[in-house]
Amino acid sequence: MAEFLGINLFGLFGQLLVGLINGSFYALLALGLAIIFGLLKIINFSQGALYMLGAFAAWMALEYLQLNYWYALFLVPIVVGIFGILLERFLIRPIANEDHLYSLLLTFGIALILQGLFTDWYGSSGLPYAIPEELKGGTRLPFMYLPNYRAWIIVCSLAVCALTWFMIEKTKLGAYLRAGTENPQLMQAFGINVPLIVTLTYGFGVGLAGLAGVLAAPVYSVSPEMGSSILIVVFAIVVIGGMGSIGGAILTGLAMGIVEGLTKYFYPEASNTVIFLVMVLVLLTKPAGLFGKEA
Amino acid sequence: MKKIQKTLLTTALATAMTMSATAQASLSDDKVKIGVLADMGGVYADVCGPGCVEAVKMAVEDFGGKVLGKPIEVVSADDQNKPDIGSVKVREWVEKDQVDVVTGLVSSAVTGAVTKVLTANEKIALISTSASHAFTTKACSPFNAHWTYDVVSLANGTVKPMVQSGKKKWFFITADYAFGHALEKVATGVIKENGGEVVGGVRAPLGTSDFSSYVLQAQSSGADVVALANAGADMVNSLKTAAEFGLTEMADVAGLLVFTPSALALDPDVSAGMKLTTGFYWNMDDQTREWTKRFQKRNGGKIPAMGQAGAYSATMHYLKAVKEAGTDESKAVMAQMKSMPVEDFFSRNGYLRKDGRMVHDMLQVKIKPASERQTVQDLYTIEKVIAGDDAFLPLEKGGCGFALSQK
Amino acid sequence: MNNKTLNFSILALALAAPLVLYPVFLMKVLCFALFACAFNLLLGFVGLLSFGHAIFLGSGAYITGHLMLNYSITPEVGILAGVGASALIGLIYGKLAVKREGIYFAMVTLALAQLMFFFYLQAPFTGGEDGLQGVPRGFLFGLIDLSDNLTMYYFVLAIFIAGFLLIYRTIHSPFGQVLKAIRENEARAISLGYKVNNYKLQAFVISAALAGLAGSTKALVFQLASLNDVHWFMSGEVVLMTLLGGMGTIWGPVLGAGTIVGLQNFLASGPLANYIHVVMGVVFVVCVLAFRQGLVGELQKLVRKNF
Repeated sequence: MAEFLGINLFGLFGQLLVGLINGSFYALLALGLAIIFGLLKIINFSQGALYMLGAFAAWMALEYLQLNYWYALFLVPIVVGIFGILLERFLIRPIANEDHLYSLLLTFGIALILQGLFTDWYGSSGLPYAIPEELKGGTRLPFMYLPNYRAWIIVCSLAVCALTWFMIEKTKLGAYLRAGTENPQLMQAFGINVPLIVTLTYGFGVGLAGLAGVLAAPVYSVSPEMGSSILIVVFAIVVIGGMGSIGGAILTGLAMGIVEGLTKYFYPEASNTVIFLVMVLVLLTKPAGLFGKEA
Repeated sequence: MKKIQKTLLTTALATAMTMSATAQASLSDDKVKIGVLADMGGVYADVCGPGCVEAVKMAVEDFGGKVLGKPIEVVSADDQNKPDIGSVKVREWVEKDQVDVVTGLVSSAVTGAVTKVLTANEKIALISTSASHAFTTKACSPFNAHWTYDVVSLANGTVKPMVQSGKKKWFFITADYAFGHALEKVATGVIKENGGEVVGGVRAPLGTSDFSSYVLQAQSSGADVVALANAGADMVNSLKTAAEFGLTEMADVAGLLVFTPSALALDPDVSAGMKLTTGFYWNMDDQTREWTKRFQKRNGGKIPAMGQAGAYSATMHYLKAVKEAGTDESKAVMAQMKSMPVEDFFSRNGYLRKDGRMVHDMLQVKIKPASERQTVQDLYTIEKVIAGDDAFLPLEKGGCGFALSQK
Repeated sequence: MNNKTLNFSILALALAAPLVLYPVFLMKVLCFALFACAFNLLLGFVGLLSFGHAIFLGSGAYITGHLMLNYSITPEVGILAGVGASALIGLIYGKLAVKREGIYFAMVTLALAQLMFFFYLQAPFTGGEDGLQGVPRGFLFGLIDLSDNLTMYYFVLAIFIAGFLLIYRTIHSPFGQVLKAIRENEARAISLGYKVNNYKLQAFVISAALAGLAGSTKALVFQLASLNDVHWFMSGEVVLMTLLGGMGTIWGPVLGAGTIVGLQNFLASGPLANYIHVVMGVVFVVCVLAFRQGLVGELQKLVRKNF
């Protein structure tokens, strides 16, 4: 076997690849948070709970409506997005002009409620969700066995991330969006319905969490706790990338997946903590994050 | 008026005297109060939680609702898996609410804190769901009774036969906290005693969502068996990942602690064929099925986890002992509990040992594939019944001071 | 009604409370009230949201617990050591954090707290998630036996009053006035020649030390120190207590802590035990939507409007 400095290189390649898989997943979740913060200045602490909701919705679609994974992949983000729109319209909008702190606390409360309700309804142990037939099995690479489903996670999340980035940064719609949040009065004057844009953006950001939930359902345990453990990590990623930077969130998500993967190899006990170490270092040297603009 | 009062008083006195003459009954506060402490809404809610409360209530009803002519009361509280919350609640129970005995008890950290409070107040702990074997060994107490299972019985039940069948090289995926460490340590001991070796291991933080990195490490270790020294969602996630990355085809995967709700949370394709050890299986015989049917009616149709059945059995045994001893004084009741065999739907050939370990037959089971399951809940095939004395740590090896000195 | 009568009646109530209510519960309320007051000094009076304050509570608890368990020292020495440790960590963390503002300050404190959490999780002396159990309460000054709940209660009450008065004095001192000036308009405070970061750092250390005091006392009351005390959920809880009671008010955090602890205690054994998270979530949401000034703040508004 190939060895370098006593490290098994094949093993290391494997770790890098699974790190990248996790990273693409983090990127998807971080993207939703970054859009919501960057464009709406809402710190959405319920993103994790909505991700959990997405996974449960996929399970429910299969269990109650016999809709398989592929239907869920399209329908669930829409359903979760609509749920998010309702949240925005009735709970978050009334405090839109208050300090950021309040949106953080409000969404944290919403997360607690969702998690508590699902624990009561479906128990805490989780529910089974099988990998779709089409994506079962895997490919044997020289250095590891790559399950097809994991490959699909990379492809799907990266495609969605790239598309979203393009839409916001390069299209006219994205320009309206950015302008609408930068200077709402002016945009109103131009006859553009800013509150509608805000609501739709929130719905879209939340829909991304729903999509991540569906992607996660077959590989992680579908359980009420799944969101709270990942939320704080994803949040750290957004901060490291520079709050509000769409591209920053995506790139940092990928990078952190790899950093975490390597930590899992060399010092697994610290794998949950390493991201916070990076966060401290970044914030102390580059206050606005790696890709954020200095205020 | 006065006369009536006098008559009443004499009658009352007379009745009281006859009663004490027949039963010598003495209950501290004219009732027996049972506290059920468990995680009610968090990660361990399914393995005990509200189900344990129902099981204890069911035991009280089956017992007749009264002992020595006095009512039995059940109170319950949520410990949120936090030792401080649990110990404060129990302190309040014994100091203020006159609770006589506490059962439930899930997270080992909570149980450790709570049993200290109970022992200091000379009250009995009926531990139904905790895994650590500390409560009957180095942290033992004359007031602890540990039902259901512990880490030693799990390791003996699952690990020993596998090593003996020639699976010598082991790799651990361990939850990085006390319970995981204890399970790993005990299992490692069993592996070495039987001529096996541990070729590697990782300690994954509690609540890790992605285990693929650890599964890859397990794969490259060349182990015959990958042992999962974790529980709940960690167990489910690590097993799912092991199956996905083809680890299950290269090596055996052994779940060291699998509760029924976790087994239900796994897709049969993933879990089929896995061997594990449990203190109770609902579908073992008519007796267990009959009890389960009644339990399901009260528990929203959910089948019992082993700790819930254990909580019923422990409560029943306690109440019987109170009746026999004619008092709810803890020392007398404990002595009585240790002198009677424990034989019911849950416990076979059971007895409560001097150190507080309830020794009973454990079950070695295998998860059925979907094709063999008659219902969704028809989870296991029983492969072997392990006699209690073979499953649990012998008294002499436990190092429980008070039990060893009172020969 | 003047303030003096109000304060005296509250004191009388506090002295008589253990006759009616369970003393351990009251001590829990006092510990968390002190914790929330310490936190409020930063959030309410300097405008800094620390999202890792549990680390100071937990450090106090761990250090005091460890010393009481392993060395034969008296409780007051144990508490002092715990407070010292928290203040020291507060100094280091404060130095790093005060350079950042707003949400970034919150994030730095959160990240630093996570690092410390990892240390406590791995360090052998903390006992992992079993925590430190069976911490002795000991004899105060080597004389007074604290194992009795009522004695302990009055000791805790004395500690709380001392901590509370210190905060009160701080807020009403010239130093406190500068802090408020920074909260209202930082740029202006700088232009007036105040070394804003120094002031922030001092406030941070005082807050950390008092949070440590609450933690040390808590460790003695419950005879336990656990990971729970240093978890970020605890940091979130203290935000909720302060917000619910009314941030930037003197009595708000006390009332908030009392309400939350009481609610948790009440819910834990009631029929709503499985809904404890849902209820807490609803409290958050209602609090943010309906009364952002908190209980005390809204009460003051009401009083001002009607009297």
